[in-house]
Amino acid sequence: MIQIEHLSKTFGSEETQHHALVDINLTINDGDIFGILGESGAGKSTLVRCMNLLERPTQGKVLVDGVDATQLSDSQLRTLRRSIGMIFQNFSLFQQRSVLSNVMFPLELVRADAKQSEARARELLELVGLADKANAYPAQLSGGQQQRVAIARALVNKPRVMLCDEATSALDTITTRQILDLLKDINRELGVTIILITHSLVVARYICNRVAVIDAGQIVEQGDTATVFDNPTSDVARALLGLEG
Amino acid sequence: MEAISAFFNEYGALLAGGTWDTIVMTGLSTLFAYVLGIPLGVAVVVTSPDGLRPNRAVHTILGWIVNIGRSIPFIILLVAIIPFTRLIVGTSLGVPGAIVPLVVSAAPFVGRMVEQSLLEVDASLVEAAESFGANMWQIVTKVLVRESLPSLIRGVAITFIAVFGYSAMAGMVGAGGLGDIAIRYGYQRYQGDVMIATIVILVVLVQIVQSLGDLAAHKLDKRNR
Ligand SMILES: Nc1ncnc2c1ncn2[C@@H]1O[C@H](COP(=O)(O)OP(=O)(O)O)[C@@H](O)[C@H]1O
Ligand SMILES: [Mg+2]
Repeated sequence: MIQIEHLSKTFGSEETQHHALVDINLTINDGDIFGILGESGAGKSTLVRCMNLLERPTQGKVLVDGVDATQLSDSQLRTLRRSIGMIFQNFSLFQQRSVLSNVMFPLELVRADAKQSEARARELLELVGLADKANAYPAQLSGGQQQRVAIARALVNKPRVMLCDEATSALDTITTRQILDLLKDINRELGVTIILITHSLVVARYICNRVAVIDAGQIVEQGDTATVFDNPTSDVARALLGLEG
Repeated sequence: MEAISAFFNEYGALLAGGTWDTIVMTGLSTLFAYVLGIPLGVAVVVTSPDGLRPNRAVHTILGWIVNIGRSIPFIILLVAIIPFTRLIVGTSLGVPGAIVPLVVSAAPFVGRMVEQSLLEVDASLVEAAESFGANMWQIVTKVLVRESLPSLIRGVAITFIAVFGYSAMAGMVGAGGLGDIAIRYGYQRYQGDVMIATIVILVVLVQIVQSLGDLAAHKLDKRNR
């Protein structure tokens, strides 16, 4: 379970202050596919980056299974990050490493046994349907394939949570659908909680059981996907849905 | 034909020895320049305002070292640090005497090249590595250096060629090598043929090094497939 309490993030110095997030409160339950919806610049990436402390909140708490991540030492934080997988809009694969080496990267960091790591990585490549691409390099793969490799890499440490920052925004409709189906499977079969940022209502509606709508750094609406979509109460959510204010 | 063979009979050994000296001088100087320049370049990147461990004071000081080092003309540095050279290798002459100023002059240059190569690595890869729990040292070695390897190799070729040019200047102060031969025979004794031979050898060596560097970088770069 991830609980975010009174979280704020302010960028810049005294004069050039920019309040990217203001008093955010959220609870993400185990097993959720939780969507964070909002326009570009709303603060979605900053919020998700606060969850594994890639961005340090200016104020507030990030409780991961009851432990406040903002209070951890650097090495405790690195351990926590290993239990939270992450995938990105531009895939962020290491271009000079093979697919297999990319997937093994998180295990290499903890100096895991090479044989076991390789077996585990191959298992995940099998899961994402790319067993035959183990020795290829990212530049040889399509966008959808690259995102699958990234998903395998994010899962290699057996995380309980996976953060997805606009994971399908660079992909076409069909590929997006395939990646979302894969994420659904991972959620259902491996029990991984998924937190998914998107600016697309279609994506949110297709995969999320709960959503929060964020605007200008503030949560303006949250709840079950169906409830939010059928009865949007905030102007922003209504605008996002294409309804008049 | 006869003239050429007569020329090689007379100067062949001299030119071969000079070429060897130049290669040794350049190779060792490049090697030691990297031993100093890699940590320097890494430190500049790591301490930069948006680096892994921002540190304005260290970053500024390292920046000065790099810029001062690169702004002193080699020929002046060569003479200015003679006492230091004697202290390190016991002489300011010959190949050992040339290596010290060559390293002092090339290390800041290497630092800047390494910095440029590391900066080419997409920041999102550093962030991805952090998200998997990588520590700073792992990010430097497994992401920054590893991902910029082709670019670093190109830098080695560029550095080698630059040091090559400087090593010829070191010939002015009796450092040995092709520069020494060109000055003693070509300039002081007006032997144009020896001068031309040294130029041809230098040009050919530079071409070879550049081609090897390009080839190695291209072969290594997994983006080219
Ligand atoms: N490192 C940063 N420094 C300054 N401003 C930032 C930084 N990161 C994000 N911001 C600002 O915070 C706001 C939210 O950004 P972001 O979280 O990336 O939005 P989203 O992902 O919803 O598009 C934007 O106005 C952006 O310019
Ligand atoms: Mg974003």
